[in-house]
Amino acid sequence: MRYYAALIYFFLYAPIALIVGFSFNSGRYAMDWQGFSLAWYGKAFSNPLIVKALGTSITIAGSTAFLSAIIGTLTALGLERVTGKLRHLFDAFLYIAIMVPGIVIGISTLIAFVTLFNIVNPYLMAAWNWKIEMGVWTVVAAHVLFNIAVVCLLVRARLTGMDRSLVEASEDLYATPFGTFRQVVLPLLTPSILAGFLLAFTFSFEDFIIAFFVAGPNVTLPIYVFSSIRRGVTPEINAVGTVVLLTSLVLLAVAQAILQRSNRTLKTSKTVPQA
Amino acid sequence: MTDSQHSRGVTALLLVPAGVFFFFLLILPMAVVLVFSFGDRADTGGYAPAFTFDNYLNLPARSKAFVNTLTLAPLGTLLTALFAYPMAYFLAVKVSPQWRVTMLVLVMAPFWTSQLLRYYAWIMILGAKGIPNWLSMIGITDVRLINTPWAVLIGAVYGFLPLMVPPIYVSLEKLDKRLLEASADLGATPWKSFLQVTLPLSLPGVATGSMLVFILLMGDYILPQFLGGGKVYFIGNALVDLFLQSRNWPFGAAVSVALVIIMFVTIFFYMRFVLGKSGQRRVALV
Repeated sequence: MRYYAALIYFFLYAPIALIVGFSFNSGRYAMDWQGFSLAWYGKAFSNPLIVKALGTSITIAGSTAFLSAIIGTLTALGLERVTGKLRHLFDAFLYIAIMVPGIVIGISTLIAFVTLFNIVNPYLMAAWNWKIEMGVWTVVAAHVLFNIAVVCLLVRARLTGMDRSLVEASEDLYATPFGTFRQVVLPLLTPSILAGFLLAFTFSFEDFIIAFFVAGPNVTLPIYVFSSIRRGVTPEINAVGTVVLLTSLVLLAVAQAILQRSNRTLKTSKTVPQA
Repeated sequence: MTDSQHSRGVTALLLVPAGVFFFFLLILPMAVVLVFSFGDRADTGGYAPAFTFDNYLNLPARSKAFVNTLTLAPLGTLLTALFAYPMAYFLAVKVSPQWRVTMLVLVMAPFWTSQLLRYYAWIMILGAKGIPNWLSMIGITDVRLINTPWAVLIGAVYGFLPLMVPPIYVSLEKLDKRLLEASADLGATPWKSFLQVTLPLSLPGVATGSMLVFILLMGDYILPQFLGGGKVYFIGNALVDLFLQSRNWPFGAAVSVALVIIMFVTIFFYMRFVLGKSGQRRVALV
C-alpha cells in the first residue's frame, strides 16, 4: 500500500520534474540531454513575444484576481442576508460557473461579446467612428465570471465558521453596522479573501481555453505556449513552463498556508470565551 | 426610508455585481447558444437568423467526436476511479492523522497547476523520444503511444486522479470504524469486511468524484488535442474547429447544446441515484 502511494506520487510529480529538468538542457531538443545550461532561460526571457505574452497574462490575472476578490466577497456577504429562492438561484449560478467546463464558458462568453458588439458597434461607429473589440478586457470579464464563484465559496466558508457573538458584542457596544463590518467582520474575512485573490490569480494566469476563445488578437502566455507546442517541443517551452509551474505552486502553497493558519486562529478565538 | 428598506437596498447592492456577471455572461449567452443552434450559417461564417432543425439533424457529421468522447470519457473516469481508490484508502486509513491533510494536498496540488504544461510533459514521455525510445533500447521496437486512445486514457488518469482522490478520501475518513469492529467481531475476514462494509459506504464518494471527472473529461480540449494529436478527437476539438476555424456557429451551437444536455443528464442521474439515497442530502438540495 505504501509502495502504491509512493508510485502515485511519482506518477503525479515525475512529469512536472521532467519539464523542470529539461529546461536546463543545453541541447536543442527536449528529451535529448546534452548537458546543463541556463541558456534557454536567457533565450526565453529575451524573446519579445514571450515577454509581451507574460505582460498580457500578468495584467489579465492581476485584474481578474482584484475584481473577483471584491465581487466574490460582496456576493458572499449579500448571500448571508437573503434566504429562499434568491439564495437558491445564486447557489445554482455559483455551482454552474464552477462546474461548467472551460470550453462552454469560452463559447458562451464569445457569443455574448460578439452579439453585444453587433448591437452596439453600428451606433459607436456612427457616433465616434470607433468600435469595441475583443481584447484583454474580454478575457478578464470571462475569467472574473468563474473566479467570483471561487472567492465567494471561500469567503462563505469563513462566514459560516465565524463566531456570531463577536458581531453581537460589537453591536452592543453601539458600533454602526458599517463600523462592525470594518472592525470585526472584515479583519476576520481577510485571510479567505486573500487566499481567494491568489487562487483567482493562479487560475486566470494558467487558463488557456477561455482566453483562446475571447482574447481576439491578444496572446497570453498559455496561448503562446500552446502554439509553440504545436510547432514542436523545445527546451525554451520548458524554461517558460518551469517559471509558470513554480509560480503557481508557490501561490497555491501560500494560499493554503493562509487558509490553514486562519482556521487555527478561528478555533483559538472561539475557545477563549469558554476558558 | 425604513430600516428594513435600507437593509434590502444594501443586500441588492451586494448582489448586483455578481448577478450582472452571471446573467450577461452565463445565462443569457446560454440562451443565445440555444437560439443560434436553430439558425443558419451566414455566408461569411457566424450566424444568420432562421428556424431550422438542420444543425441537429447534421450532428451525425461529427459522430466520431461524440463516439470518442462517450467511450473514452467513461473509460477514463472508470480507470481514474480504480487508481484513485487505493490511494484514497491509504490516505484515510493508513496515514497518521497529522500527515493526512498535507499528503492529500500533495495529491491535489497538480490539478491546480497548468493543465497545458502537464499534458505537454506527456507529449515528451509518450512521444518517439520517450517511452518508445526506452523500450527500443531493450529490444521492443515499433511501439506507438502518442496519438492513440491509450495516450488519451493515460492522460485522463494523470490529469484527473488529483480530483478523484479527495471525495473518496472524505467518504472513507468519516466512516464509522466501529462498523468494521462489529464486522470483525461477527467473524468476517478483513477482505470480506472491506467488500461488505467499507466499499458500499464509500461509493457515494466514488460517485461524486466520477461525476466531476466525467463532466470535465467530456468537455476537455487540451488532453485529446495534445495526446490524441487530432486523430483521437473529442467534442471539445470539434467545438474549437467549428467556432474558431470553420466558423460554422449554428452547427457549433447545436454541438455544444448536445454536450451540455449530456452533462445535465449526468448530474441528474447523480442527484437522483446517489444523493437521493441519503434522505438528509435530498432535503438540503431541494
